[in-house]
Amino acid sequence: MKINRTVPFSVHTPLTEEIIMSLRAGDTVLLSGDVYTARDAAHRRMADAVQKGLPPPIDLKTAVIFYAAPSPTPPGRVIGSIGPTTSYRMDVFTPLLMEQGLRAMIGKGSRSPEVAASIKKYQGIYFGAIGGIAALTARCVTHMKPAAYEDLGPEAIRCLTVADLPLVVVNDSQGNDLYKTEQNKWRIFL
Amino acid sequence: MTSENSQKSTLRRISAKSVTAAVKTLFIEANTALNPDVISALRRALKKEESPIGRQVLEKILENAWIARQAVMPICQDTGLAVLFVEIGQDVHVTGGDLREAVREGVRQAYADGYLRKSLCGPLTRANTGDNTPAVIHVDMVPGDRLKITAMPKGGGSENMSTARMLTPAAGIEGIKKFVLETVEAAGANPCPPIIVGVGIGGSLEQACLLAKKALLRPVGKKNKTDKRLSRMENELLEKINALGIGPAGLGGRITALAVSAEMMPCHIASLPVAVNIQCHVARHKEVIL
Repeated sequence: MKINRTVPFSVHTPLTEEIIMSLRAGDTVLLSGDVYTARDAAHRRMADAVQKGLPPPIDLKTAVIFYAAPSPTPPGRVIGSIGPTTSYRMDVFTPLLMEQGLRAMIGKGSRSPEVAASIKKYQGIYFGAIGGIAALTARCVTHMKPAAYEDLGPEAIRCLTVADLPLVVVNDSQGNDLYKTEQNKWRIFL
Repeated sequence: MTSENSQKSTLRRISAKSVTAAVKTLFIEANTALNPDVISALRRALKKEESPIGRQVLEKILENAWIARQAVMPICQDTGLAVLFVEIGQDVHVTGGDLREAVREGVRQAYADGYLRKSLCGPLTRANTGDNTPAVIHVDMVPGDRLKITAMPKGGGSENMSTARMLTPAAGIEGIKKFVLETVEAAGANPCPPIIVGVGIGGSLEQACLLAKKALLRPVGKKNKTDKRLSRMENELLEKINALGIGPAGLGGRITALAVSAEMMPCHIASLPVAVNIQCHVARHKEVIL
């Protein structure tokens, strides 16, 4: 029977190989479970650790990395505002982290050809989240705790527990790229 | 005693404390409440957008703006580098402190008390400065006895996609249009479309960049009124940018930009400086006149 892809897929972390392999570019996903925030400075530090043969501070094999740094948490809330930062800045570190076991990433914007190739090679997945809707996205976060590199302040690695975080699959394990296909669909050649 | 010296001073006194308080309020408001012109432009975009996913994105952007305002939460987690335009009347005397320090203190207080993210770091150490200062402060001396402060928290994602180029005079307006289009196309989904495109033409390298940034302060959708060639160029560029198909959040669609705003001034006979400053859909700025 054909899979109905118009309804969002509810998936829970850890993302198994089976889940990752079954999702296709364009699928909408409601993600629940734990994700780890990490952006520029945390990537630099994780990559440095790996290159020195030291273990990264989080288990890359099971982690979903969310390229994000929330605004400070006001009293009485779980988290401040949160949303994706632009992913290409992490591209230089991503193939190395995928070699170490990383499979799933959340961000916004296109990845480099090298990252797209790594996603295909390691059967990973890159999800897009909508940027600039951070008060709304914060509602999906039910718990937040520090995970590593606390000295990095806003750029520290935090573990977020999310419930039904809306995402769309951008790069799938088959080598598809949603930005390319969708943007070409709407392009008008004047 | 000369007659000038004997005249009573007409300087208007504005306290540094009131500058700090104003700056604090402006940054908290800018980060939590979108201006009505931006909301209206997003609503018009929603009516025009044909892509189902594009419409969903625009609906979420509008819903988010509402939630942020009601809960006084940042619209975007990136509460920006604090950019300020300060126009100080020549008949103003700032009392009880230094103007720049008063502005900096206002930024510090806004980002601490408003639970805004501190997004500044040393360019080489990458160590966070901890209080979102220093701010980028442009001070202009103008006639009068007022002090106008414009606060513009500028996000990193859209600023990163901005660029400047020294074109040749022969490149002309066609060269300018080509450069703007190339810049927007290369930016793709990165700067959080639908974007606003600020274009600065002429002056020197840094003046072109400043013109481009100031163009972003114009109410969204208002055309350049000083020069018909510029307003025609704005219209044509908006149409061509929206034909790129990038769409809301870069997920494809008819609305890639809400507006193109261009400003210009004369330049050297050898040059044609052009700057493109891209603004994400969270187009934030607030101003006050003291």
